[in-house]
Amino acid sequence: MNKDLKASAPTDSEIVLGILNNSEIVLKRLYTTYFPMILQLIINNNGDEDDAKDIYQEAIIVLYNKIKAGDFELNSKLKTYIYSVCRRLWLKRLSQMNRYGGDIRDFEEHLPVEEEIDNHNDRDIQFGKMESALQLLGEPCKTIMEDFYIKNRSMQEICERFGYTNADNAKTQKYKCLQRLKKLFFQQK
Amino acid sequence: MSDNQLTEFIERYLDGSMTAEERVQFELLRKNDAAVESKVTEHIKFIGLLKQYGERLELENRLNAIHNEIDVHALKEEVMIHPVWIVRMWRNHHSKISVAASIAIFGVLTILILTGKLNNDKSKYQQLSEKINNMEKTVAQIGHGRTPVKPKITRTPANFRGTGFALTSNGYLATDYHVIKNADSVYVQNAAGESFHAKVIYTEPQYDLAILQINDPSFKNLGPIPYNVKRAEGDLGESVYTLGYPADNMVYGGGYLASAANYSGDTTEYVISVPVNPGNSGGPLLDEKGNVIGVITARQTQVAGAYFAKKSTYLLKAIQNIPTDSLSKTLNLNTKNKLAGLSRTQQSSKLKNYVFMVKVYNQ
Repeated sequence: MNKDLKASAPTDSEIVLGILNNSEIVLKRLYTTYFPMILQLIINNNGDEDDAKDIYQEAIIVLYNKIKAGDFELNSKLKTYIYSVCRRLWLKRLSQMNRYGGDIRDFEEHLPVEEEIDNHNDRDIQFGKMESALQLLGEPCKTIMEDFYIKNRSMQEICERFGYTNADNAKTQKYKCLQRLKKLFFQQK
Repeated sequence: MSDNQLTEFIERYLDGSMTAEERVQFELLRKNDAAVESKVTEHIKFIGLLKQYGERLELENRLNAIHNEIDVHALKEEVMIHPVWIVRMWRNHHSKISVAASIAIFGVLTILILTGKLNNDKSKYQQLSEKINNMEKTVAQIGHGRTPVKPKITRTPANFRGTGFALTSNGYLATDYHVIKNADSVYVQNAAGESFHAKVIYTEPQYDLAILQINDPSFKNLGPIPYNVKRAEGDLGESVYTLGYPADNMVYGGGYLASAANYSGDTTEYVISVPVNPGNSGGPLLDEKGNVIGVITARQTQVAGAYFAKKSTYLLKAIQNIPTDSLSKTLNLNTKNKLAGLSRTQQSSKLKNYVFMVKVYNQ
């Protein structure tokens, strides 16, 4: 199965280096290499291809962040790591949906990864709050926040985009927006 | 200092756009004012989270773009484990199948209970009186007793046939109750083909036994009966035989005694392994010495070669139970066996004059 894909599978250290260097090609090779394995896991355990996509992308994000944070140690194979994370995530999802029948059909060996998934979940919750805070913030604040803090655009650019007559007005607007965003974010439970 | 100003200070402090003098002042402020210090920490954390959130969105977009290039559908076909169709069907429909099976089992049981097949051994049991007429008519007559026969059905010489054997020389015979039940008139025919009218003088339906008496003016004394009716039970494996009228001529059947109780545990009957047929009912079952040890009654329809004979003890009891006013002549059983030393063929030729075809007529 997937012999051609496996034949061109990048080595684990290639992937770690590639991700640290923001290589798009390596990310793509990583993604395409292990997706079939996870698709197999999910669709043979009560899931469909959309579930497989969600679970797999979540696992890739966990791995990506771990590598970026510099605390990924190559003491297990990447393949096993990805499989274990997906397996754990899928079991969790299944029991949330009450579709978990008590057993799972396994295709690979796997490791305990609960702690990492808990960390990942905590962060996901924060991101969820941020997302809804930004939604509640409304325009033009949302775009100003995104442009300035996420896309690192200069105040000059933002001024021109929103037609502010001088940079000071824009700055005041930005700080007001930031205050409101913080308020909305911390208000959420 | 307003919040906005503070935020501006923090941002300028962080992005390094403060002058050296401002920086020193601000650091002093941080040190001395805990509120300012916590604002700075909070701001750093919050902006960090906001940036990470942006990175996450960007990463997700990249992954989605990669994902869209994969032919998921083809891959899915490849990695899907296709269980055999029966397993698939079971997984998808097991609840429906279970319900259907339960209903089916329940239905079958209900039908069995309602039709009495479950608790009735008689379904396995076929009585051996020969049906001479076509099946439909016979069934109608047995089933409905004396229901009037439709005119289009032609009258036949006999509706029913079995076998009987002489108990005394003056014309008392034994046969099966099921042979003569519902009879309007009974005739017996000897080996020479002569028919005599007979009447039923006593029946014991529970043991399927009946006593007939020949009351025909043309009947002459049979001469001394060569066999006697044995009181003791026969032994397992004992060689036994019978004579009877499954066909128009007398038929001999030999075999052995297989069991002292039939399969439903009824100890009034022997199981015998003697080939008998409809028409043998009521015939005598004899042992090697020519003692009557039973009366042929039925065969088990589900076990090949298993037939039944009522034990002679019950015949003797039945004879004792005959009310005396039913007996117009004396009924003294022969106690002397004249067949003991003879070969089977000699026994048979002597016996044949005492074994009768019982012909039953009913409307």
